Amino acid sequence: MPLLEIEGLTKQFGGLTANHNIHLQVEEGEILGLIGPNGAGKTTLFNCITGFYPPTRGRVRFQGRDITGWPPERVCQAGIARTFQIVRVLREMTVLENVMVGAFLRYPRVEEARRHALQILEFSGLIDRRHELARNLTIANKKRLELARALATKPRLLFLDEAMAGLNPSEINDAVAMVRKLSEQGITMILVEHVMKVIMPLAERVVVLDSGELIADDTPENIATNPRVIEAYLGEKYRATRAIH
Amino acid sequence: MQRIRWQLLVLVLVVLLLLAFPFYVAQPFLQRTMILVVMWSVLGLAWNILGGYAGQVSFGHAIFFGLGAYTSTYLFTEWGISPWLGMFVGAGVAVLVSIVIGWPSFRLVGHYFAIATIAAGEIFAVIFRNWKAVGGAVGIYLPIIRGDRLIDYQFQEFKAGYYYIILAMLALIVLVTYRLERTRMGYYLKAIREDSEAARSLGINITRYKLYAMMISAAFTAIVGTFYAQFVLYISPNTVFALAISIQMALVAILGGTGTLLGPIIGAAVLIPMAEYTRVYLAGRAGGLHLVVYGLLIMLISVYQPAGLMGIYREWQHKRAARGMVNDSLPVATAEGGADDAVA
Ligand SMILES: Nc1ncnc2c1ncn2[C@@H]1O[C@H](COP(=O)(O)OP(=O)(O)O)[C@@H](O)[C@H]1O
Ligand SMILES: [Mg+2]
Repeated sequence: MPLLEIEGLTKQFGGLTANHNIHLQVEEGEILGLIGPNGAGKTTLFNCITGFYPPTRGRVRFQGRDITGWPPERVCQAGIARTFQIVRVLREMTVLENVMVGAFLRYPRVEEARRHALQILEFSGLIDRRHELARNLTIANKKRLELARALATKPRLLFLDEAMAGLNPSEINDAVAMVRKLSEQGITMILVEHVMKVIMPLAERVVVLDSGELIADDTPENIATNPRVIEAYLGEKYRATRAIH
Repeated sequence: MQRIRWQLLVLVLVVLLLLAFPFYVAQPFLQRTMILVVMWSVLGLAWNILGGYAGQVSFGHAIFFGLGAYTSTYLFTEWGISPWLGMFVGAGVAVLVSIVIGWPSFRLVGHYFAIATIAAGEIFAVIFRNWKAVGGAVGIYLPIIRGDRLIDYQFQEFKAGYYYIILAMLALIVLVTYRLERTRMGYYLKAIREDSEAARSLGINITRYKLYAMMISAAFTAIVGTFYAQFVLYISPNTVFALAISIQMALVAILGGTGTLLGPIIGAAVLIPMAEYTRVYLAGRAGGLHLVVYGLLIMLISVYQPAGLMGIYREWQHKRAARGMVNDSLPVATAEGGADDAVA
């Protein structure tokens, strides 16, 4: 049984179809890359799975259970955690408090939540910043904090929405190392990235979205040479150049 | 260690000063003002649980205040039930109503929630103005009972009796707030205030926790409503269901600093004496003027100092610490800052 099963998922916003009839299976322990040009519908797919949007059609199953239309908090309780493309740290709370809020899901007592949060902060390299207010962190550390906070809920499946976007090369290396470590711990991950390069060395399998359609599901090597994928990304470049002129 | 002992000393001193207050200040006006300061501290702290920690700004808390006042007063004047008992019945009624109001309106965010609470408050004022069985627009006078027994919840000679009752309520809500800050629910409420979507993504049932906050907030507001009825011995829709009550509850907390334990107390200590002196000075000549002033105050604070007086104090503390003028207060962001180092 796959860990996550998506069957015929469609999401429409009025006349706009952001996701069209998506079929996807994710196996336990996998690192799955999800790529596609801007506006392809990647974030929307995340939101449909994690309960932030109700899908227009289709089903989502997690560990064999139908979780379609569950509210976000229930999805998280079931073992799916996420980060946001535009960071959403709890600004006026400290780094430690941010992670404790996540930890409370599995450790209702303050002392235990704090202990668990401190372990996770140690692991994610934020321990020295634990008393800083989240709003004062750099963008890279905010992203780290969001990841740490999501991890504190002890997920089986983790969705990272452009976790590497806006990071410098050394920060990207840190993030890649972190994803590897998490994978070793048995967490299944779906990484959304806009830039293909970051995903290729990490993911064992890559799926490509373009204009809401799933156009490829293959190994990174094959994806890189897939004509439809190249065309999708070329199309984006073309649109981008047009927009500038 | 040194610092904790010092803080404990200050706390003991403050408690002693508060307990002894009626013995060294005998002037009735000052005693009355002090009772009002403590009463508004409790109200501000009650509002703060929902409006400060959970960030759900309500301008309808007069509903719970009025329900507390009317429930105990009605039970007492019609059925002879002790206001002490009526106080808890009133709190129960307020909690039920808070659920009925909170459930649908928590779907609204930000300003829309605030507007919905104003509307709800006005609905209650209208209902009670037209409800003949509870005195309509005229309201209810409570019979005066002489003899000053605690059981009667009335003090004609020893006015300090009222002071000690409201002081006990303050102690209780300070304790509840202090505990709240140190439990999961306190963290959850703050998370909801900071970013409710992020909170949901971390498994928090935000509607449930907002409701819990509103229920606690409503219960405390209602018991103060009963206290007020016993203190003034007259209630009417225009006094206990007034929008002015709702606004003043919010203002006390906002002025002092929302989402903090001391903020609402400081807010009440600053605002209430000012309001009382102006009231006496103007002697009712400018009816709605204080509301205009309150409105201006809310606007000024939200533009220049959203963290209230507590925020000004913290900034000052940080600056002093930065200049190295103090060595015992670390420039940490929160009170819990130092606590976890023992665990780490
Ligand atoms: N809440 C929304 N309401 C209306 N349209 C939306 C909403 N969210 C996303 N969209 C649209 O859906 C399409 C896919 O967006 P998105 O999922 O954010 O793409 P990606 O994450 O791949 O860049 C875009 O055209 C976007 O404008
Ligand atoms: Mg996106």
